[in-house]
Amino acid sequence: MSEPQLQSDPPAGQQGLLPKIAIRNFSARFGQSQVLTGINLEVHACERLAIIGPASSGKTTLLRSLNRLNDLNATFAHDGEILLDGQDIYGDSMDVPTLRRRVGMVYAVPIPLPWSIYDNIAYGLRLAGIKGRSEISVRVESSLRNAVLWDEIKDRLRMPAMNLSGGQQQRLCMARVLALEPEVLVLDEPCSGLDPISTAKIEQALAELKDRYSVVLVTNNTKQAARASDRTAFFLMGELVEVGLTGQVFTAPRHERTGQYITGHFG
Amino acid sequence: MKISQDRVIGWVLLAVAFSALSSLALITTFIFKEGVPIILKQGVGNFLFSNDWYPGEGKFGILAMIVGSLFVTLGAMFIGAIFGFGCAIVLTQFCPRRLVSIIKPAIELLAGIPSVVYGSIGVVILVPFIRDYLGGPGLSVLAASIVLGIMVLPTVTSISVDALQAVPRAYREGSIALGATQWQTTWMVVLKAARSGLVAAFILGMGRAVGETMAVIMVAGNTLEIPLGLTSPVRTLTSNIALEMGYASGAHRQALFATGVVLFVIIMVLNTIALAVSHSKAAGGRR
Repeated sequence: MSEPQLQSDPPAGQQGLLPKIAIRNFSARFGQSQVLTGINLEVHACERLAIIGPASSGKTTLLRSLNRLNDLNATFAHDGEILLDGQDIYGDSMDVPTLRRRVGMVYAVPIPLPWSIYDNIAYGLRLAGIKGRSEISVRVESSLRNAVLWDEIKDRLRMPAMNLSGGQQQRLCMARVLALEPEVLVLDEPCSGLDPISTAKIEQALAELKDRYSVVLVTNNTKQAARASDRTAFFLMGELVEVGLTGQVFTAPRHERTGQYITGHFG
Repeated sequence: MKISQDRVIGWVLLAVAFSALSSLALITTFIFKEGVPIILKQGVGNFLFSNDWYPGEGKFGILAMIVGSLFVTLGAMFIGAIFGFGCAIVLTQFCPRRLVSIIKPAIELLAGIPSVVYGSIGVVILVPFIRDYLGGPGLSVLAASIVLGIMVLPTVTSISVDALQAVPRAYREGSIALGATQWQTTWMVVLKAARSGLVAAFILGMGRAVGETMAVIMVAGNTLEIPLGLTSPVRTLTSNIALEMGYASGAHRQALFATGVVLFVIIMVLNTIALAVSHSKAAGGRR
């Protein structure tokens, strides 16, 4: 739907570089139901891309395709390709656990594993082959700082993660992804169940991280997309309607449906 | 009118419910009343830790049977746990759910086969095999362990499957999204989260192995000696009661009830542990 040359320019300094993620003519279906059709979209290095759209528009499926989490569903099938740094993530040479470490995912509902706060973060590090206790401790602390959670829980690292509040759990889930130092951070409506203060903290964390990561943020909250992204893509019924600089999409959308969705006429 | 009818039905149902409980109470009092005096007369230490079982001379020491039960149960649980847990892990983690709903009831069907059938198959196939290839009389600890191991499979498997299925799917996804393989996720997340249920499955299977009688009598050999190895014949606590109760009288009969008391205590302890473990999971698991 959107011709590549119509896509807005990447942030200054990134022109001419390979996009971090390039989604080329990507379609996905579960069994008989087509969920995504012919998506062409690029995510540049160090940019925050928001994906908005009404329910069942394929946003989550697209996110879960980026780290091949859809593979867990036996009925999932896809066409087209997704390139991470130019390499097809569905290609044979792609090591899937490594891919999932490079493309870190935060879910809508925070799901801490039933262990302590510390172990929740250390788990991923140990899986990645990091053995040294001191290095793990250092990365646990820095990731909790990056997720704006450290000050609240620094004395309680051995406490069960289940005892944290919902907002804290969500930031813990973010911290355990950040600890792996991913290249891309994908978030699936990370604030849907959270209070405004927790939401603000997560947005603050995203803003502080944008220099280091590409961020793909799926959100149902158009205001959040406007606040916390550089570019915005609008999805409808499994198709990409338009993508552009966030300011332009929100003030002068090219498509009628985008404007209607943003102003709350449907969705 | 209506109220009194309800009340009558209520009383009847209560009486029915209590009849089961009262038979438990009756059995318990009876075996303790019959068994405990002779234990005290022999001396607890003498009864439990002496190997002299000569009913004719009034000597009742059940050490050989305790050791026999221990050996056979451990052997059975070694086999039952490996196959039971293995089966449960494969079914819940690596099979589509629809297949599980076919295979699990099939495994549970094993529990419906009468123990005398297991015993017969053991006598006809297993015992000659052990005699020919491993030596000894064939009737042995090993034969009893294998037969019992298969008999506890349905208990261990079905309780473990329930425990593993109770682990939220989201844990698996969360772990996989962090870069874990399926196997790492199973090992480090799912088994850990289901640990208390798996312990309960193991202990309940063990209770069944300790209590099983018929199949064991048929394949264990029943000699009154402390077994020296896997191919030695043994007599278990349950076999001892079943074999001698028919002709015992007086002190001999009391000594068999005393054996029953020991069994009763062992199984009560196992069940209490299983209950405590699965209860602690219900209280502390999901917070």
